[in-house]
Amino acid sequence: MTIVVGYVPKPEGRAALRAAVEEADLRGEQLHVLNTSRGDAYVDPSYASPEDLAEVRGLLEETGLTFELEQHVGGQNGADEVVATATRLGASLIVIGIRRRSPTGKLVFGSDAQRILLEAECPVLSVKAPSAG
Amino acid sequence: MGDFGALLDGFATALQPMYLLYALIGVTLGTAVGVLPGIGPAMTLALLLPLTYSLEPTAAFIMFAGIYYGGMYGGSTTSILLNAPGESSSIITALEGNRMAKAGRGSAALATAAIGSFVAGTIATVALTLVAPTIARLAVQLGPADYVALLVLAFLTVAAVLGSSPPRGIASLGIGLFLGLVGTDTLTGQQRFTLGLPALADGIDVVVVAVGVFAVGEALHVASRMRRGPIPLVPAGKGWMTKDDWRRSWKPWLRGTAIGFPIGTLPAGGAEVGTFLSYSAERKLSKHREEFGKGAIEGVAGPEAANNASAAGVLVPLLTLGLPTSATAAILISAFQSYGIQPGPLLFQDESALIWALIASLYIGNVLLLVLNLPLVGIWVKLLQIPRPYLYAGILTFAALGSYSVGASTEDLVLLFLLGLLGWAMRNFGFPIAPAVVGLILGPIAEEQLRRALAISQGDPTVLVTSPFAAVVYAALVVFLFLGWWLRRRQARTEAELAAVVATPAESERSSS
Repeated sequence: MTIVVGYVPKPEGRAALRAAVEEADLRGEQLHVLNTSRGDAYVDPSYASPEDLAEVRGLLEETGLTFELEQHVGGQNGADEVVATATRLGASLIVIGIRRRSPTGKLVFGSDAQRILLEAECPVLSVKAPSAG
Repeated sequence: MGDFGALLDGFATALQPMYLLYALIGVTLGTAVGVLPGIGPAMTLALLLPLTYSLEPTAAFIMFAGIYYGGMYGGSTTSILLNAPGESSSIITALEGNRMAKAGRGSAALATAAIGSFVAGTIATVALTLVAPTIARLAVQLGPADYVALLVLAFLTVAAVLGSSPPRGIASLGIGLFLGLVGTDTLTGQQRFTLGLPALADGIDVVVVAVGVFAVGEALHVASRMRRGPIPLVPAGKGWMTKDDWRRSWKPWLRGTAIGFPIGTLPAGGAEVGTFLSYSAERKLSKHREEFGKGAIEGVAGPEAANNASAAGVLVPLLTLGLPTSATAAILISAFQSYGIQPGPLLFQDESALIWALIASLYIGNVLLLVLNLPLVGIWVKLLQIPRPYLYAGILTFAALGSYSVGASTEDLVLLFLLGLLGWAMRNFGFPIAPAVVGLILGPIAEEQLRRALAISQGDPTVLVTSPFAAVVYAALVVFLFLGWWLRRRQARTEAELAAVVATPAESERSSS
């Protein structure tokens, strides 16, 4: 079985990754780290840079887990990609990072986390970034 | 000191809260479109041309001037932090500036670009203030034949200089001239190229053509190659220009201004030529030559100053002769025309208040831009996160709205999208857009002057070359074309050298990592 992590190069993404590593260790399952971008904006802060990906890879290699790192551009938005990947791999768990968002912000931009929670067919573990300071 | 008094009057107008607000809107919009690659001041002005139907001229021109200057400032931000030059005039900035940003000195690069733009913009505006009225006074004496010569000069230099190759530029110019011909001839009432369609009898409105080729064309172009993936954004970093940065920047600023302004005034110009010249000058003069290609601050300061100085330079032939030497300037001409003002030597006499308010607003706009750009870089960069479909959907809506507002006719909308297809095809096959727009706007003026000259001479074509001024202009044309060719070769050589310089550190980086 596989654990799918939606990774973004932000504190909540890194927190999700750490939690996923722990969980994979605990369950003895393999890890599938996913980072995507629709690629329709000039800049996408959710898209990991090569340096960032190398760092993630290094981190994962240290843990000794079996893992796969997937990054691609295009397709649907991040939430749909995570759910689709989880379904495709028959994942046992999805791990995502979440952050606080004002009700207005949620109304305007929607919530990827909510979409994943509602649409995923497997349990979803959501992790918050440790509060700063 | 009549001009100085007039300038003060201009300030008195431009400093009114109402006009300050328009200036602020202009520079904000200008910076925003400058930051976004692919959307330049020319497209924005084209989209806003319909505003001239309802807004009074002073307000409209103050806003347009703000957009024009703002675009130049905004372009540097994208080049430095994203390594994606918004306009061809920012290519050099992207080279050195982006390397500075990667070395963690992004904010110093942004600062030297913004302050350099301010210094150059202000000095060049002063030069414009001093030079333009004098040229206008001389230009009043020009006859129709002289005008024809000037227009031929503008056509050929724009076609030869803007774009990748002269044949493509001239082909594009031809498209513009042809579109300008469509409609009813003013002298004889003959229908030309209207295909018998009543919708074309009045000619194709400049707004429809400009918006079609710029906005719709660009939108289709982006749609046809959208998913290229995001480009990593280099954070601006902390810090500010050090004392050393200031010491190394101020001379390039001044030199860039001195290079950029004259190049801008020449019809052979185009903003990017000045930046290349400034860059190679800085590289020759610098004591830190080894830093070039790895993020030398002189390589940002000089070209950015040159870029802004030539933006002001372009206004000299525009306001004194009615000659646009860039696409943005051509759109400004058609804005003048839509108010029934014919830009030319009489502008300074007939529309003195408007012109001086416009010039005063350039000074004000420069200050506003400095204030807007330095502390607010973070906000401008956020604009780059807007998904392009949203952005271009908005642009298309605006484009359709604007074209419809011109004549409230559905035919204009059909034409708009046909011209959009044309604009897309031109982009796809590497034909520059600017000569087409210049041809479209200047074509009818040239035709009128040519006919007037021939009417005065009773059909004797030699009048076109026998006037001493015209003869000088044709001689100058030959010189300009040669100069343009030479500048291009210089530019190509600089680019080749740059490629060599940039390639070496990049390789060493790769081997070390």
